[in-house]
Amino acid sequence: MLNDADRIFTNLYGWESFSLKDAQKRGDWDKTKSLVKKGSGWIIDEMKASGLRGRGGAGFPTGLKWSFMPKDSGKPHYLVVNADESEPGTCKDRDILRNEPHKLLEGCLLAGFAMGAHAAYIYVRGEFFNEGSALLKAIEECYDKGLLGKNAAGSGWDFDVILHRGAGAYICGEETALIESLEGKKGQPRNKPPFPAMAGLYSCPTTVNNVETIAVVPTILRRGAGWFSGLGLNEKNAGTKLFCISGHVNQPCNVEEEMGIPLRELIEKHCGGVRGGWDNLLAVIPGGSSTPCLPKEMCESLPMDFDSLREAGSGLGTAGVIVMDKSTDIIYAIARLSAFYKHESCGQCTPCREGVGWLWRIMVRMVQGNATVEEIDMLWDVTKEIEGHTICALGDAAAWPIQGLIRHFRPEMERRIMEYRKMVA
Amino acid sequence: MKKLFELDADYQPADFKFTAANKKKVEQIIALYPNGRQQSAVMPLLDLAQRQVAKVGAKTEPPVGGWIPRAAMDHIADVLDMHKIKVYEVATFYSMYNLAPVGKHLVQVCTTTPCWLNGSDEVVKTCEKHLGIGMNQTTKDGKFSLMEVECLGAGVNAPMVQINDDYYEDLTPETMKEVLDLLAEDLKPEVGSQKGRKASMALSGPTSLEEKAKKAGVA
Repeated sequence: MLNDADRIFTNLYGWESFSLKDAQKRGDWDKTKSLVKKGSGWIIDEMKASGLRGRGGAGFPTGLKWSFMPKDSGKPHYLVVNADESEPGTCKDRDILRNEPHKLLEGCLLAGFAMGAHAAYIYVRGEFFNEGSALLKAIEECYDKGLLGKNAAGSGWDFDVILHRGAGAYICGEETALIESLEGKKGQPRNKPPFPAMAGLYSCPTTVNNVETIAVVPTILRRGAGWFSGLGLNEKNAGTKLFCISGHVNQPCNVEEEMGIPLRELIEKHCGGVRGGWDNLLAVIPGGSSTPCLPKEMCESLPMDFDSLREAGSGLGTAGVIVMDKSTDIIYAIARLSAFYKHESCGQCTPCREGVGWLWRIMVRMVQGNATVEEIDMLWDVTKEIEGHTICALGDAAAWPIQGLIRHFRPEMERRIMEYRKMVA
Repeated sequence: MKKLFELDADYQPADFKFTAANKKKVEQIIALYPNGRQQSAVMPLLDLAQRQVAKVGAKTEPPVGGWIPRAAMDHIADVLDMHKIKVYEVATFYSMYNLAPVGKHLVQVCTTTPCWLNGSDEVVKTCEKHLGIGMNQTTKDGKFSLMEVECLGAGVNAPMVQINDDYYEDLTPETMKEVLDLLAEDLKPEVGSQKGRKASMALSGPTSLEEKAKKAGVA
């Protein structure tokens, strides 16, 4: 278990206020200037050495991503922070916004400086009204104290942070859809290339990072890349991570833990165990709704990190762990996710717009058992027609949960079909 | 309560202008974006219009909750030098813009999987029964509208609902009723967890940050 001394988010639960005064007591904004003075090359190298991988779901190495920003583009550079947290099962960024906004803001300055940006836009999902308001207050405090604005924190670097509120669209968590939305359009993803680092917001070099990714930057730079990379399972899965454990556990909670903590330990140490005991576990969705579910047999000694979960045929995603006990109608649980993706498809690509609707309609019948066994194969086939055939990953995200269901719970689907047949016979 | 965008419905006011106070806000919002990129302000301006309608109404009779009349979209198109259709596109794309009148308290029940696992069906039933309306309907007195929504990003505190700007979390049928009763009386229920826990901490107490917890008096 992670030592308290190694925890970054010491006000995760909001026991203290989010105000600048309390944040400074926790170590935020401490000699930020001296970190900036070490230069953008040093910051990017430290981030690379720390092994930090993006906390929004894809797990791309953060330092490497920053290094893609051009050196002399002649255009303004932008940092965009993705606070459109909408992945079912995930609610970690919400806690950062409302309880630790200064970690995010200081991270914006350091990251922005490293990539040559003088402005950051933080895109907060519209439903997080109170969380956005906390962040706005923290931004105002920073301007009042000279931590943002001209010569931010005395660093010699001018830096502005602007809050932009979304208005209810899961798709805006996709980075190019977010940029479109920020430009005042429908949130429909763009084709890549060009990647945002070349042509992002207002066709200028842009890096989009998750809230948690940016919020851990100041602590990593202060305590050193070696400290962060020394935590976690291995250098490719380093550091600490915020986990959100929901569903059928005795004590659902958010908690910061070491990357690679075994799933069972996470649930038993922090959540009071699975409802009805470990043996009552049916399945876990380990990383937010997009990641395929894993049955209990696979959860026994499963390390919670990017690569271990990929090997298990799932993913760490956002680390939104959804626990389901044996009372769960697993087919409905996944069908409900299909309804979610159908609702949230932006409608741009045909395989997703039409295909996800198909998935949902077949899944509704699978819940009843009003289907044929061959249709399970057809369902699998439809997911494969969608996966990889769309501009963004929403199509994939809609396909994967169903693939996980068929991979691990096909006997249950067949059983239900047989039962339905008996019932109507 | 309709989600469809009806351009010529009889509830559409003929005209919309921002109030003097909001006009200032409009200028401040546009200034947040680079010169010539004022289109970026379309989302905050739609939100501002919705909030204005909630406060002062769209027609003379008191309406109830916030929604965006077509006239407001047209006005925003003028202010931002956008084609009207571009504003309509944005207004119809995002789920938080109400395109027709809604009740004073817009109750949005999350029913996505994490909330469903923890009893959102019961919350839905409770709301429907207690308010006497179904999904996408408004009570006769205009006080409540009911909607089902997708994940609101608070699954650790499931089941939960959003009512206007606030989240009510860790609900049971009983606490759901209490929240609705208080709102019906125009009283303000405690926002957040209805089981009294702080944010997303485990209900029985924290499992980390021991010293801090002691200092905060939660351990």
